[in-house]
Amino acid sequence: MTAHLKQDKPDTRNLLDKMRQGVIGKPLSRPDGPAKVSGTAPYTADHAVENCLEGVLVTATIVRGEVADIDAQSVLTMPGVVAVIDDERLTARAAQGGADEAPEQPARKVGYFGQPIALVVAESFEEARDAAKQLKVDYRADDLSDIPLDPVQTDPEPQDDGTRQGDLAHAMTSAAHSVDLTYRTEGHASAAMEPHAAIAEWDGKRLTVHASLQMLNHNIIELADALDVKEEDIRLISRYVGGGFGSKLGISEETVAACVAAMELGRPVRVVMSRQQVFQCIMRRSETKQRLRLAADGDGKLIGFGHEARVSNLPGEDFAEPVLQSSEFLYAAENRLLQLEVARIHRMTAGSVRAPGEAVGMPALEAAMDVLAEKAGIDPVELRLRNIPDKHPSEGLPFSSHKLAECLKQGAEAFGWDSGPRKPRQRREGEWWIGTGMASAARVHNIEEAKARVTLKADGTALVETDMTDIGTGTYSILGQIAGEMLGLPVEKVLVELGDTRLPRGSGSGGSWGAASVGSAVFVACNRLRERLAGKVGIAADDLVLKDGTAGNDLRLTDLLDGEDLCEEGHYEPGEIEDDYTAAGFGAFFAQVRVNRFTGETRVDRMLGAFGFGRVLNEKTARSQCLGGITWSIGAALTESLLFDPVDGHLVNCDLAEYHVPVHRDIPDVEVIMVEERDPAASPIQAKGIGELGMCGGAGAIANAIYDACGARLFEFPMTPDRVLSALPE
Amino acid sequence: MAITINGQEHDLSGDPRTTLLDYLRDDLRLTGTKKGCDHGQCGACTVLVNGMRINSCLTLAVMHDGDSITTIEGLGSLGSPSTLQKAFVEHDGYQCGFCTPGQICSATAMMAEIRAGWPSDASEELEGPIGATSEEIRERMSGNLCRCGAYANILAAIGEVAEEELS
Ligand code: FES
Ligand code: FES
Repeated sequence: MTAHLKQDKPDTRNLLDKMRQGVIGKPLSRPDGPAKVSGTAPYTADHAVENCLEGVLVTATIVRGEVADIDAQSVLTMPGVVAVIDDERLTARAAQGGADEAPEQPARKVGYFGQPIALVVAESFEEARDAAKQLKVDYRADDLSDIPLDPVQTDPEPQDDGTRQGDLAHAMTSAAHSVDLTYRTEGHASAAMEPHAAIAEWDGKRLTVHASLQMLNHNIIELADALDVKEEDIRLISRYVGGGFGSKLGISEETVAACVAAMELGRPVRVVMSRQQVFQCIMRRSETKQRLRLAADGDGKLIGFGHEARVSNLPGEDFAEPVLQSSEFLYAAENRLLQLEVARIHRMTAGSVRAPGEAVGMPALEAAMDVLAEKAGIDPVELRLRNIPDKHPSEGLPFSSHKLAECLKQGAEAFGWDSGPRKPRQRREGEWWIGTGMASAARVHNIEEAKARVTLKADGTALVETDMTDIGTGTYSILGQIAGEMLGLPVEKVLVELGDTRLPRGSGSGGSWGAASVGSAVFVACNRLRERLAGKVGIAADDLVLKDGTAGNDLRLTDLLDGEDLCEEGHYEPGEIEDDYTAAGFGAFFAQVRVNRFTGETRVDRMLGAFGFGRVLNEKTARSQCLGGITWSIGAALTESLLFDPVDGHLVNCDLAEYHVPVHRDIPDVEVIMVEERDPAASPIQAKGIGELGMCGGAGAIANAIYDACGARLFEFPMTPDRVLSALPE
Repeated sequence: MAITINGQEHDLSGDPRTTLLDYLRDDLRLTGTKKGCDHGQCGACTVLVNGMRINSCLTLAVMHDGDSITTIEGLGSLGSPSTLQKAFVEHDGYQCGFCTPGQICSATAMMAEIRAGWPSDASEELEGPIGATSEEIRERMSGNLCRCGAYANILAAIGEVAEEELS
């Protein structure tokens, strides 16, 4: 049976708090942990499939044009080679998150350097890889001088109407203190540790596909459309995903290629992208140019707020890095101007990379706030506290909950923030200048429709089933805890099955919405199960106390069920709460860095993040999400940048040796404070997302700490040693 | 030619181009060892060759005639995990788990290196005993990338075991 909740109103019942099992929120270890540490957790490429062929993608060596000819014969005589697939259905790009349609086809039409154009299939990986390198391809290439490659030299188009309120220009001239600054951030790669992979099997009618994906509920639609196969004839499986960060939101080229090859050849085919291919043909985060105009009165209250940004993407792509997303509501100011523009250029698709928008918008905003604080002579924490709006500054909507002030205060206290007058270069240890900086954190709260089935079994255990994924975020843990709490079962008695499209459609993992969305679906199902159990006992559901497998003192659940399984499908939909409230997670970052006075190298000494994101569902996995976000903040601040060749636009640093993600030694002592709250308008479980908040502003705190340490104001991210050196005064 | 994997002898007669990593994963179906880059840049494929850690993607299987290899499957199992494996679960020393087998293999060998007194960039002295400080562990584990950013928890897990086993 189905239990449906369309949430039009805040849920202030806080039902999870009224339960007695005592597992919700607890820092329990992951049920999937033992499989992960023993190497037995099966990721996509690990599945043993009989008689499986290996496919290796061949990628374009031109930027734009067409494949004129593929000389399959050039490799078909090589040992083990079975086929060269250059079917019309091969896709040229990865699907954007939630696209629900096939990405750009056919692959023969080339739009960026490194785009997949064909698949070579052989008996072994070594044979396929060799043949893919030898394959002769002729192109009709467009003249490089006609192809827009550089976002700086390409005229952008406005993304939408933007926000215009009052008169920003006038506010700037009449303000007691103002800043007008331009920032640049370079592109980022998700670089999930597991390369994109798929194994496809075709039995003549049905496809079974193991693939590394974040949102099976959307991916099955995209795959069906790309292949022209009915959804009901496809089964997608993704039980363990080796990281996503947005890069696996939509189906990508290897999954479609594996399916096409399996269908053509009648044998299973595995395709795993090389690391270089992942860099070259999966989503990039767009580089940005941002202009920040902040105008404040003598007390530091903002009267003008301008944030304009230019990003880029391929022609025909709807996605534009939503740089201004949290700037819309983070600080009050009557006169506002926010505008996003997109330059159409021929680099690989720009799409979601962890915290799209805020990951680059917030650091720039928070760096500009630091300059304003200095000009106004106000402590940076205090400046933020003075500018927290009581409702959405342009839409007038109330906030569902708002913990920025608490995060700023608790964070400052725990970090030992010195709120006295600030001046750079006050502390030196040998070659190193030491300084501190802070920033606010903000990330919009997203929530999606989701379904999950919960079966309370006659043996007193429960089974939770949904096609939702766990990409490292802790879905297996939190769904077990929600069901355990609601049904009065220890988590060991709750089995969570995920990542299979045979199960009810979840929300997918993306935009930090997974926990709140699918968690709510599990909650809705459990709530109905409680009503049915209460009916059996003959009491009201509110009076039903479930704990450790009992329904009241002596009444064992197994006796109550009397051999019967109870099953409910929970269906959650966000209703008017989405339109009636501004919902976001808030927080604050504090960083201490050291900057080498000779080399310009920055090392982060310690970092603290305080975050308010509604109910904490599992303290251990939530904290891990915060730690992950802070780690990404450090990467975005100091090392991560996609570098493109100015002549032919290819990505130069397309591997993990040249694209620098943080390593162990880059990550110092990190402290996380979770400011516990209940957000009734965020979801019926009062939870918001936490996967991304930890990197929404952190790089700004590091920029501000660099200035405090050595006096170098940087306007470009990442803040590499060369940039620090050239920004050092005298 | 023969190679010993987790105590069991195997024949080495496949394609000479096969890396040790692909040999383990595809020929022997020991898929606990992961391929994150295939170019020695991420550490996900770390295994122990005669007790020393190595990126198995950077070496060909045929180069290991007579060698003894230990993979994550040889360090412990679901039913009887090693101390380090247990510590990773306790400290949430992972998120997606893809880098985890490599981290655990690497850390196992790293502790032996500290025990043997091998200095690192983080060591105060080139000679004499080395303490398993946080900075030592961070430096020595820096070849094992974790994109999920679980470093702080990985350090806590390794640090706990190192304290017990190295002091
Ligand atoms: S797979 Fe061997 S180091 Fe990355
Ligand atoms: S746990 Fe995902 S890469 Fe380390």
